[in-house]
Amino acid sequence: MNVALVKNDSGPAASSVFAAAQGRLPGTGKVADIRREAFAAFERTGLPHRRIEEWKYTDLRALVREVLPLAGAPDAAALARARSAIASVAIEGAAKLVLVDGVVAAELSDLAALPSGVTVRTLRAVLEEQGNEARGDLLLTKASDPMLSLNAALATDGVVVTVADGTQLSSPVQLIHVATAGKAARYSRSHLRVGHGARATLVETSIAAEGATAYQANDAAVISVGDEAQLSHIRLMRDAAEAVNVSSELFTVGARSKLSLFNMTSGGAVSRLQAFFTLAGEASELIVNGVNLLRDKQHGDMTLVVDHAVPGCTSRENFRAVLDDRAHSVFQGRIIVRQDAQQTDGKMMTRALLLSDEAEADSKPELEIFADDVSCGHGATAGALDDSLLFYLRARGLPEKQAQALLIQAFVGEAIEAIEDDGLRERVIAAAEHWLESRA
Amino acid sequence: MALLEIKNLQVRVEEREILHGLTLTIDEGKVHAIMGPNGSGKSTLSHVIAGKPGYEVTGGEILFKGEDLLAMEPDERAAKGVFLAFQYPVEIPGVATMTFLRTALNAQRKARGEEEYSTPDFLKKVREISKQLNIPGDMLKRGVNVGFSGGEKKRNEVLQMALFQPSLCILDEMDSGLDIDALRIAADGVNALRSPERSMIVITHYQRLLNYIVPDVVHVMSKGRVVKSGGKELALELEASGYAQFEDAA
Repeated sequence: MNVALVKNDSGPAASSVFAAAQGRLPGTGKVADIRREAFAAFERTGLPHRRIEEWKYTDLRALVREVLPLAGAPDAAALARARSAIASVAIEGAAKLVLVDGVVAAELSDLAALPSGVTVRTLRAVLEEQGNEARGDLLLTKASDPMLSLNAALATDGVVVTVADGTQLSSPVQLIHVATAGKAARYSRSHLRVGHGARATLVETSIAAEGATAYQANDAAVISVGDEAQLSHIRLMRDAAEAVNVSSELFTVGARSKLSLFNMTSGGAVSRLQAFFTLAGEASELIVNGVNLLRDKQHGDMTLVVDHAVPGCTSRENFRAVLDDRAHSVFQGRIIVRQDAQQTDGKMMTRALLLSDEAEADSKPELEIFADDVSCGHGATAGALDDSLLFYLRARGLPEKQAQALLIQAFVGEAIEAIEDDGLRERVIAAAEHWLESRA
Repeated sequence: MALLEIKNLQVRVEEREILHGLTLTIDEGKVHAIMGPNGSGKSTLSHVIAGKPGYEVTGGEILFKGEDLLAMEPDERAAKGVFLAFQYPVEIPGVATMTFLRTALNAQRKARGEEEYSTPDFLKKVREISKQLNIPGDMLKRGVNVGFSGGEKKRNEVLQMALFQPSLCILDEMDSGLDIDALRIAADGVNALRSPERSMIVITHYQRLLNYIVPDVVHVMSKGRVVKSGGKELALELEASGYAQFEDAA
């Protein structure tokens, strides 16, 4: 492959995208400096490719090729299309925070009707505030990654949410990303702080409004869970068939806390969730479950880095991929156990169900253990549906597709059952069923 | 009248012929036992009737209620009233037994153009049957056969039989892996289902099972054919003299 040529193709295009975006990016002075540095960091690699270890199986240079220009601010027509798209995913009783093409849409959000203890500001407002240059830290993260750098350079907006200490939210907060653009890109960065002893559920959804096609989404979320706090974060990714979605999430978890992340990707031509977790307080529990439901030539990647920085934490990662046609699923899971992090209990399991001979599943578990008193392990399987189970179901009267669907549901159910809230779990099960029913 | 007519059936598995022109007629409302040594083709026959993939029928035919059974998919056969009680029922983690039962029953009813059961009607029916079979409620909430003992798995097969009300039940080595008490419970369940509208094929290696499920007709299979048929006394005869005499006859 002629890498130099590809780089020449994408390099100048990306810098012209950055130059053209200047007038739309909130923040001046130090914030603008951070953006320039972040863009320079991105340019050192350009779109990540197979020779960057973390992107070995998701070669964006081959899959995506170019960095698209920033989507324009949504106009009234775009907002109207976004409004009708939201209707199908809105959860009764949840406070909605809606971003359209990466920009907070106040008119579609429940900013005025938030539960008590919850405050929301827009990233744009925070970065543009006079004398607020220090808030450039909102664009910085500990993790370094080309797509995260690109996000820092180009983030146009996002929500900055705080759940006050001791607040127990009884209904979820919903973060909805809606794309309305055709061939354009969005960059959003949101922050969530769950205070000491607080309890919250965040449901994040990415959907396409009518007319949204080959867009690129690059959304980041920086989330901190305080001591003795609980956060359940559920992501349902249903992007347009031609779209690209690269999401980065960075979590810091305090002591005696519980963080549970569930991600289900069924949309998008190319998608990746890269989540970085730092278990920074003792005796905390991290539970990550992921499901990829992919068909045609879809490519879906879940990449997790779990850093056990302190003793006595538990982490569980459980990933399921269902792959039809020529779909390609990637799971990368790295567990780092620092020297001090004794009594760490970290396990990951990844399983792929291949419904076609041409589907592909790649799994890369990595354990980096520097402590000596730990219990860590990983497992991976890939295979087809079990013929003996299929025959049993068919012998009981289930037509072939229905028998397959029941077994596939059971397979992904092992990840979905981790969702504790009955209503949300049912919602996710229904979404998986919907995918199964749409199999030809 | 004949419910099932098997004529000159020839079946291959991976180039090896297992059934060499088997002919057998099962009468309506009768219990037929098929006995025979290991490797005589008993299980192959049950699998071919149920439609298990992997068997190549190279000759002959099977008529069920006068229709060409071999032309039907396994699920169509189930909807028409063919039920195979598996020798080793599979475990299906993640599919709750109740969900499985309701999905299967309604799939069969739908295929027959009947209305699907409402949830309360269905639950009532399952509770009735499971009470008779001494199946505890929590078993029905678990994954299909997951963590069930051998006896529980077989009782779950009988439960399905009672629920689906098939016109032909094939019991493939129902006694394998069961102690006497478990066997008696399963056999009682089967006997309760005997009726003039239902035929059964009881496949077994040993005479023991036939003490509990007393057949109307006994067939002896050897080397892929039915070599002898008779009344229930034939089973006792076999118990005394063994299968060796038929090895030569076949």
